[in-house]
Amino acid sequence: MALILNEEQQMLKEAASGFLQDKAPIAQLRELRDSEDERGYKENVWKEMVDMGWAGIAIPEEYGGVGYGYTGLGIVLEEVGKNLSASPINASVLAAASVILKAGTEEQKTQLLPALAGGELSISLALEEKGQHKTADFATTAKSNGEDYVLSGEKRFVADAATADKLIVAASTEKGTQLFLVDAARKGVATETVTMIDSRNSARIQFNDVDLAASDRLGNDEDASAALSDAVDIINAGVSAELLGISIRAFEMTVDYLKERKQFDAVIGTFQGLQHRAAHLFCEIELGKSMVLKTLQAIDSGDPGMSLLASATKAKMCEVAQLATNEGIQMHGGIGMTDEYDLGFYIKRARSLEHSFGDRNYHLDRFAALSAY
Amino acid sequence: MTELASFQAETRQWLEDNCPESMRQPFRSESEWCWGGRNFEFISEDQRIWMQRMGEKGWTVPTWPREYGGGGLSKDEAKILAKEMRSLRCRKPLESFGISMLGPALMKFGNEEQKLEHLPKIARGEIRWCQGYSEPNAGSDLASLATKAEDQGDHYLVNGSKIWTSYADQADWIFCLVRTDTSVKHDGISFLLFDMESEGVSTSPIRLISGSSPFCETYFENVKVPKENMMGELNKGWTIAKYLLTHEREMISSIGESFASMSPSQSALSTIGTDSEGRLANSALRRDCAQMEIDGMAFFLSLERGKDEAKAGQGMGAVSSMFKYYGTELNKRRMELQLAIDGADAMVWQDDPKVPALWLRSKANSIEGGTSEVQLNIISKRVLGLPDK
Repeated sequence: MALILNEEQQMLKEAASGFLQDKAPIAQLRELRDSEDERGYKENVWKEMVDMGWAGIAIPEEYGGVGYGYTGLGIVLEEVGKNLSASPINASVLAAASVILKAGTEEQKTQLLPALAGGELSISLALEEKGQHKTADFATTAKSNGEDYVLSGEKRFVADAATADKLIVAASTEKGTQLFLVDAARKGVATETVTMIDSRNSARIQFNDVDLAASDRLGNDEDASAALSDAVDIINAGVSAELLGISIRAFEMTVDYLKERKQFDAVIGTFQGLQHRAAHLFCEIELGKSMVLKTLQAIDSGDPGMSLLASATKAKMCEVAQLATNEGIQMHGGIGMTDEYDLGFYIKRARSLEHSFGDRNYHLDRFAALSAY
Repeated sequence: MTELASFQAETRQWLEDNCPESMRQPFRSESEWCWGGRNFEFISEDQRIWMQRMGEKGWTVPTWPREYGGGGLSKDEAKILAKEMRSLRCRKPLESFGISMLGPALMKFGNEEQKLEHLPKIARGEIRWCQGYSEPNAGSDLASLATKAEDQGDHYLVNGSKIWTSYADQADWIFCLVRTDTSVKHDGISFLLFDMESEGVSTSPIRLISGSSPFCETYFENVKVPKENMMGELNKGWTIAKYLLTHEREMISSIGESFASMSPSQSALSTIGTDSEGRLANSALRRDCAQMEIDGMAFFLSLERGKDEAKAGQGMGAVSSMFKYYGTELNKRRMELQLAIDGADAMVWQDDPKVPALWLRSKANSIEGGTSEVQLNIISKRVLGLPDK
């Protein structure tokens, strides 16, 4: 497949860019932060996104989605990254829907995915327990109780938990790792909002002996770690697309600033010491673009090498986004350090995304392991 | 699609019938490359036959028009040919600066007589070309070149010297930048083509740190060049020079592509071994291998994307500088990593094509064809639009 966007995808990109700049720009995230908004995003904006089909963008048509594939979702997420638009698209569309697609039974997919695509249902993924990412060996347990289960443990960094109707909880069971769908309002579920560096909604959630039925289990009664791992690969591709958008916009801001700021009676963009760093950064971002597009296409075409690509891309995009945001601040000088200037929002969101679903070190290690060394 | 499918079948059959067995294995070293030309010593009869057959078919330059000795293939057909050659492991029949550098410029800037005279001979490997660009006092600041060509009525009289002229001692003809006006810089440069057997031309190979001598110093003493050998207009040579450089950069960055696709981890596994959990025993080296392979993958995919965008008419712009810069820096990193993998074994002096020589040779990648710093300047100005002053 050619490594370019087709006409339909190009149109989607333009539409997403226009909409997000207009309806969910960076100023909105600033406002949500400053007003300590409990929801963490604008409900009316999210509703419009749903109306445009974005909640079901990667969901196949048979499950009520619009079937643009993950390339389509990635395109939207790149624009989300450029504008730092807050919405449950990461939590509900990228994360939860992907896990359901990979791990759910046919019946669960038929039941849950159309509701997610229609925006009637919001689900968040409760995966992590510590600062370091994991996809197995969870301390949270779901102990068998006859046909039923008792869920106990603590999950952290659950995105958009404030507005989630349900949670997908990864837990250790007799069968290995299994996934459970838990109503967020269920007895024994205690949610505590945690303020994160990127000003996005996040929670720490306690599960205190929550009684679950066998029907609350996502998928059949077997180890779900492979399905979870596949879903996390997809999630990382989407996170990489958002990191790409962040890198692109932080870089644009920086280059604009280099053309405008004067010191020593000259525009600082005339200084070779800065020009070369900017040119190098340009190359790194271009490499990142190729990786992200290739990985999104690989997911859509069912490429067996997708896991390796996903880890390679996440590792690369963590590196690129770090470089773009760090260099952005350095080249801006003092102004880049001020809260009033938007660049700070980009570096914060970039780091937060880097540390979700495995950072650069995690994925370098996984890349080597998957390559058998 | 059916037309392409039948082209594919015919191509495969033709290659099966015409590519000698010994030409169906990867090159073991650069010394096995076929350069063609008047004085080339073929390493085998098979090598000569393979070049000749491909040259007659125009498949040394598949997409060039037929009247200029090319294959007249569409981009899709050329892709199929390349794929079939890969799958039969056919060697590249002809390595040539005429193909990779002069040809595209000649096609764009040459007159009809020049095209008909030179392009078919390039395609058939009959004439080997060298590039007369750099001078002892004109390196990164190439436009300050001083080799002069004086108008003598019916000919130009060329005096001066060039340096880093790749394989000048083995080349038949030279494409050469000369100064035809000393009162201006860029607008006083012209582009000449002439025979290296002309009276007054001499060459002297330069021994490099890698032990080999691919470059020469080339001297011109009262060399008479017929006036019709000027390509493009008088004093308009700099435009051609820049255009040609983009092709040179693409050629050099493709070196990066071939090395980037090699797997350092496999090499490291064999020299260093694994720990009890099957990981590469040195964890720092393991990380370097992973980072190198990921960057190699990203670079390779970007080359692919660049081609796909060019085909779709989108184009990234100034891509040749980006690929030249990144590809050569990557290649240098790759060679440093190989040294780390081989350890002191890499310190045993061995000539081409062994690791020490390749490592030392790689240092020139980011110098020749415009240094990394020059590429970064070009990206800053042409892509990012950063101002000069």
